[in-house]
Amino acid sequence: MRSDARLPLALTLAAAGGLMFLHLPILLIFLYAFTTDERTYQFPPPGYTLQWFGVTWNRADVWPPLWLSLKVAAVATTLALLLGSLAAAALSRASFFGREQISLLIILPIALPGIITGMSLRSAYAVMDIPFSTLTIVLGHATFCIVIVYNNAVARLRRLSGALAEASADLGANAFQTFRFVILPNMGSALLAGGMLAFALSFDEVIVTTFTAGQQSTLPIWMLNELVRPRQRPVTNVVAIVVFATTFVPILLAYHLTRGGDATAGAGK
Amino acid sequence: MTLAVEFENVSRHFGAVRAVDGVDMAIPEGAFFAMLGPSGSGKTTCLRLISGFETPTAGTIRIFGQDAGRVPPNRRNVNTVFQDYALFPHMTVQQNVEYGLMVKGIDRRTRARRAGEMLGLVQLDGFGPRRPGELSGGQRQRVALARALVNEPRVLLLDEPLGALDLKLREAMQDELKALQHRLGITFVFVTHDQGEALSMADRVAVFSAGRLVQVGSPAEVYDRPRTRFVADFVGSSNVLPPALAARLGGPAQWASLRPEAVRIVAPGAGRIDGRVVALRFLGAGTRVAVAVAGPAGAPPVVAFAPAGQPPPAEGSPVGLHWADAALHLMEGE
Ligand SMILES: Nc1ncnc2c1ncn2[C@@H]1O[C@H](COP(=O)(O)OP(=O)(O)O)[C@@H](O)[C@H]1O
Ligand SMILES: [Mg+2]
Repeated sequence: MRSDARLPLALTLAAAGGLMFLHLPILLIFLYAFTTDERTYQFPPPGYTLQWFGVTWNRADVWPPLWLSLKVAAVATTLALLLGSLAAAALSRASFFGREQISLLIILPIALPGIITGMSLRSAYAVMDIPFSTLTIVLGHATFCIVIVYNNAVARLRRLSGALAEASADLGANAFQTFRFVILPNMGSALLAGGMLAFALSFDEVIVTTFTAGQQSTLPIWMLNELVRPRQRPVTNVVAIVVFATTFVPILLAYHLTRGGDATAGAGK
Repeated sequence: MTLAVEFENVSRHFGAVRAVDGVDMAIPEGAFFAMLGPSGSGKTTCLRLISGFETPTAGTIRIFGQDAGRVPPNRRNVNTVFQDYALFPHMTVQQNVEYGLMVKGIDRRTRARRAGEMLGLVQLDGFGPRRPGELSGGQRQRVALARALVNEPRVLLLDEPLGALDLKLREAMQDELKALQHRLGITFVFVTHDQGEALSMADRVAVFSAGRLVQVGSPAEVYDRPRTRFVADFVGSSNVLPPALAARLGGPAQWASLRPEAVRIVAPGAGRIDGRVVALRFLGAGTRVAVAVAGPAGAPPVVAFAPAGQPPPAEGSPVGLHWADAALHLMEGE
């Protein structure tokens, strides 16, 4: 009995410790965006200032990587929404020979280490003589963005295609009407969530990008390069806050969207 | 008499599983037809065969005389109240009820009016703007009912529609459903595993066991004259007497059934058979008295129902059991 009562406390402490270990460094990143010391990361910071936000704003070399990252994430996400949802629709409808294998092939890129995806894409580009461009990065990112969208869509479709689609047919709707009035409206939040996750993942991706970008710099790669230079260090931290906001907010929204979607979809049951 | 639905030697097998196996059945128009059976006996599959979501692996299904073979579900004049209601979560109650009319291209005004009428019929006036997620189980059940009935189906299929409701609500809905069916005159095909529900609501009861139709008849027929041991036991926990015991009681050596409420407890020696009380169970309206009778080894005790007002015998005391000649029902099947 006594050990029962004590264990949760130990567990709570361990969990709290683990979470702090994971999250305190993030807070430090934020903290150093306000430090007055631009060369070393000494703790505690000698003083606090907002000047680095202005400095970052005026640094010309920050903007091209930012635009590139936004562009890549936007295009990769659009591509993923299109292909991922189509693949999900096809694979959740028909049951044909090899369906499971195709499904596995679609999901594989996310299980594969990014370094493998990156290397294979790079050698493929080399073999096919494709020069590095925005498009080569987009293709690299699309491999895992499609999986995100596909997984979200498949989960939702599986729930919809059963009872609700039957109820619709029972009430006299043909296949098109069922898709238009029942499946599609319920897919919306799943696709939105998938899209946001895909965008967030693409926006801060480094590994695949390193292999597929050539001389171009996306924002994360620019940050990586910036860290080794001892000049205006807090600028990197300011950018980190921007990256954090651009990726964390969509992920949070996606989480709430799928959760809310589940609650309403389950409510009909 | 017009037949709403006919099954002619219908089977639906899933691989080795015989979900429905050689079922012959006729559902008359306007009937309140209950399909009764334990879980897994093939009731839902039968219903899905009528609605068109399953196709028979053998046999023919006719709906109002027409072979339903190739008619897809959306073209059958049959609507379903699903077991889990399957309301559209993204639509309001009003839109849910209008759905069937909307996909048939009926204009907005008519749609709204008819849906309103239906919501009134199921006592949900004013619930139109709500979402299914904001309703209680009983209210969702009514929406599902209104959504099906607004299409004016000739046959309404209900798959354990009251299963998710608590006892009190279930009893109220039983009365309401029965009244509704009476008023509309639509054929109701009602699936349940609750024998009390089937007997009290239906005018025809079909008892299923392991994919087979064991007996069809009026509730009184099925209750008083079960065809097999399974029916006797499943529909109302009757005494099932093995052939040896039936023979000792002066009948032919055949399986027989005997309703507990038909058995009177009398003084030892004054009845048809003597025994000793082995268990008592108080049920409110009376007491179930289990009496071990001398007889073939392994014969179960005979259960008598002592109505309240008559003090039940003490456990262990010797008693006699008596019943009218007609109460002992010989079964044709096993
Ligand atoms: N689509 C299916 N695939 C395989 N087996 C099924 C399928 N549908 C029903 N069954 C099986 O058929 C039997 C009867 O099921 P069902 O009609 O749902 O029974 P009930 O409604 O009486 O509980 C069960 O053994 C069930 O597992
Ligand atoms: Mg069932």
